[in-house]
Amino acid sequence: MNAALEPTPANTAPFDVEAIRADFPILHQEINGKPLAYLDNAASSQHPRVVIDSMSNYYERDHANVHRGVHTLSQRATDAFEAARENVRRFINARSTKEIIFVRGTTEAINLVAASFARPGIKPGDEILISWLEHHANIVPWQLLAEQTGAVLKVIPITPEGEVDFSAFEQLIGPRTRLLALAHVSNALGTIVPVEQFIAVARKHGVPVLLDGAQAIPHSRIDVQALGCDFYCFSGHKLCGPTGIGVLYGREAILDAMPPWQGGGDMILSVSFKGTTYNQLPWKFEAGTPDIAGVIGLGTAIQYLESIGMDRIAAYEHTLLEYATARLTTIPGLRIIGTAPRKAAVVSFALEGIHPHDIGTILDVEGVAIRTGHHCAMPVMEFYGVPATARASFAFYNTRAEVDRLTDALVKARDYLT
Amino acid sequence: MDLKDLYRDVIVDHNRKPRNFGPMLSPDAHADGHNPLCGDRLTIYVSLDGDTVKEAKFEGSGCAISVASASLLTEAVKGKSVAEVDKLYGEVHELLTRRDTVAAPGLGKLAALSGVHEFPARVKCASLCWHTLNAALHPPQAAVLAPTSTE
Ligand SMILES: Cc1ncc(COP(=O)(O)O)c(C=O)c1O
Repeated sequence: MNAALEPTPANTAPFDVEAIRADFPILHQEINGKPLAYLDNAASSQHPRVVIDSMSNYYERDHANVHRGVHTLSQRATDAFEAARENVRRFINARSTKEIIFVRGTTEAINLVAASFARPGIKPGDEILISWLEHHANIVPWQLLAEQTGAVLKVIPITPEGEVDFSAFEQLIGPRTRLLALAHVSNALGTIVPVEQFIAVARKHGVPVLLDGAQAIPHSRIDVQALGCDFYCFSGHKLCGPTGIGVLYGREAILDAMPPWQGGGDMILSVSFKGTTYNQLPWKFEAGTPDIAGVIGLGTAIQYLESIGMDRIAAYEHTLLEYATARLTTIPGLRIIGTAPRKAAVVSFALEGIHPHDIGTILDVEGVAIRTGHHCAMPVMEFYGVPATARASFAFYNTRAEVDRLTDALVKARDYLT
Repeated sequence: MDLKDLYRDVIVDHNRKPRNFGPMLSPDAHADGHNPLCGDRLTIYVSLDGDTVKEAKFEGSGCAISVASASLLTEAVKGKSVAEVDKLYGEVHELLTRRDTVAAPGLGKLAALSGVHEFPARVKCASLCWHTLNAALHPPQAAVLAPTSTE
């Protein structure tokens, strides 16, 4: 059932992490005299050389505006731009490139759905259903919608392990539910939400489903058709791609029926004061000059990940997660927050008597970069009664040696401050 | 960067055993401070004798730097006039934000905060209590005339 996210170690070729690390220029530097251990991948991941090169090549040789010139450069830029769209389509197994809308990131994708899909026709008392796990990007757009329309935001509770409470969900979904908007993987805890089960129930109620895939897509193979979701949102910068670019996948029939979001160039076929005709999908939702270099960089990042294989990435990261979980639990006073049985390579934790902020500083002096804070998921922090957590999040270029350095630095932090 | 510059013994000690920690029943002035980035929250209470700080206390939770800084603050302002506290506020602010500044002689134990400026991400932790105290002693209408910098 959960095939889309289960690490499936089909390719058993040894995973050569050192060769992979050689592809990432940024990893080879010292921070405070110590080799960098970059364990903040859930916030933003790093770029392989090919991604950086694809963007500088574009600027050096091919830049022009897209979709609007007959000259050679405009044609090249347009071809590269649309080829990247095809890469995205293939990567998530969408039926058509018409279903791939380029946006600024997950945040913009969700806001687009809120404005163009959910808002038209919503009535006071209609409900949007989310979970307690959500990133602020999948909370605040719905709060705004509720404020503006009288719709109601309903929140599925989570369990102490950090799983979305399925039976509570079955109680909460109902005739007034207009949309189920769920994180596929929690950024704060790493929980992999078994979205297939939730989607099956939503289908029975005729409720469309949006998945926030920002944290799922870097760690696993995503197949939007197998998942059966109506929208899937993600950001390029968590996927070894550039910042400022992301994707909204939407089922074609739904996108077709939606009004445009922003108006401007590119999203029209003809403009007249008697009336304007909108462009076809996907351009109907892409007003204005897009982030062409960003799209090209994202397309290259996807090719790079495919060359390694998402299944192998998932399997390798899973071993890192298990190793990190085992090592960290040996530290006295350390409590892992979020202990769902299925997790992506994210470990949130608290260290008794030490504020996460101090952990972050001490680790940074040791060259270990982690995130400390509320991770844009303040309701999750509230649920666990902590102001913040420390979070180590791994990518396929991280190593067991880096997990060891994390562990040693945490022991040092304890010795310092307790 | 050396951790010992940030986590001086005095800081570690005041974090472990914060002084003047807890509520004050009928304070003459109090204010809440919040640093949304790291979730630090604290309340500063002051009792006054005319123009002199009789006692200062604090409550809340935060990182070692913010707790130690608040603890040191409550000791430092006791017995000082509001004008003297304002002067101290300025001196601490200088200490936290300016590179290679020599701790002003009147700072006493507060000089333990002199390593914080090397860790720019932590300056706000150390200054939160001082901004909060300032807001307590000079409630908003006065603060509009003399805005305080938040770095
Ligand atoms: C689960 C989740 N949703 C949404 C976002 C927002 O992504 P972006 O800031 O790239 O729009 C993030 C990123 O932090 C995330 O982790």
